[in-house]
Amino acid sequence: MHLLINGKGHDDLPNELSVAGLISHLELPERKIAVELNREVVPKSAYAETALTNHDVLEIIHFIGGG
Amino acid sequence: MLLSKKDPLIVAGREFHSRLIIGTGKFKDYVENAAALEAAGGEMVTVAIRRVNLDQPDAPLLTDSIDPKKTTYLPNTAGCFTGEDAVRTLRLARELGGWNLVKLEVLSNVHLYPDMEETLASLKLLVADGFDVMVYCTDDPVYCQKLQDAGAAAVMPLAAPIGSGLGLLNPTNIRLVREAVTVPVIVDAGLGTASEAAAAMELGVDGIIANTAIAGAQDPIRMARAFKHAVIAGREAFLAGRITPKQYAVPSSPITGLIK
Repeated sequence: MHLLINGKGHDDLPNELSVAGLISHLELPERKIAVELNREVVPKSAYAETALTNHDVLEIIHFIGGG
Repeated sequence: MLLSKKDPLIVAGREFHSRLIIGTGKFKDYVENAAALEAAGGEMVTVAIRRVNLDQPDAPLLTDSIDPKKTTYLPNTAGCFTGEDAVRTLRLARELGGWNLVKLEVLSNVHLYPDMEETLASLKLLVADGFDVMVYCTDDPVYCQKLQDAGAAAVMPLAAPIGSGLGLLNPTNIRLVREAVTVPVIVDAGLGTASEAAAAMELGVDGIIANTAIAGAQDPIRMARAFKHAVIAGREAFLAGRITPKQYAVPSSPITGLIK
């Protein structure tokens, strides 16, 4: 499956993948990130049940230093 | 500290005992940032929202140094140039942090000056979406009133351009803003050193945000402490009520009873 994550194409992903599956595949700290799928926020409670489809566009964000 | 307990800063129903908010940008690292926060006695920090670097999933995290359970995170919209971008960013921040108190800043390409038309439009969208919004803005008292009318939880006029360190350039307007609104007024951006924070507080504003002035100082921890004392001193002086300036000397010692 092909996904566009944070502006970069990823082609080497399993074909069946939920948001939760993607987070664990990328080894990201689930509690410290938020995910937007095709411009809609995915609630943390829905990670497991939200299935990804080919060419989905994701933003994965966290807090960093800022003024 | 007893004094400040009787004089809390209240923003959107939340009570704070420190009137100094510090930024989390430009510090050497998050450890230095956390030490500066402690020296500042701060209870709130501004933070940015950015993409996770997927190539470096184990990079140091702000949340590992500054605990969001103990310190109120104020997610900002730095880098957003439209209302739509600001709302999108803060919706993600709300899902990430689980809180709805945010700092709205919609900047222009003109020296990072706030774009007030976009700022007001964004504020309305955010308020309708249930956010409590502290709004970075120009020092225009009319626009600050419009922000208040649209539901701003606080207005945050700039002292000088962001990161400039030019200090309190228009104290008259800051005072007019203070008189024009009833929500908290927090002077945000442009301060360079502690005395300028004290001077702003003496005008009656409710708080200060400082980032570059602290992070960029030779000794950021010491400057954080200096800002803490300056904000307390300025607040105390404002509450105490200054004397009316006179044009000529008035003796402080009695003029009678002199030895001859």
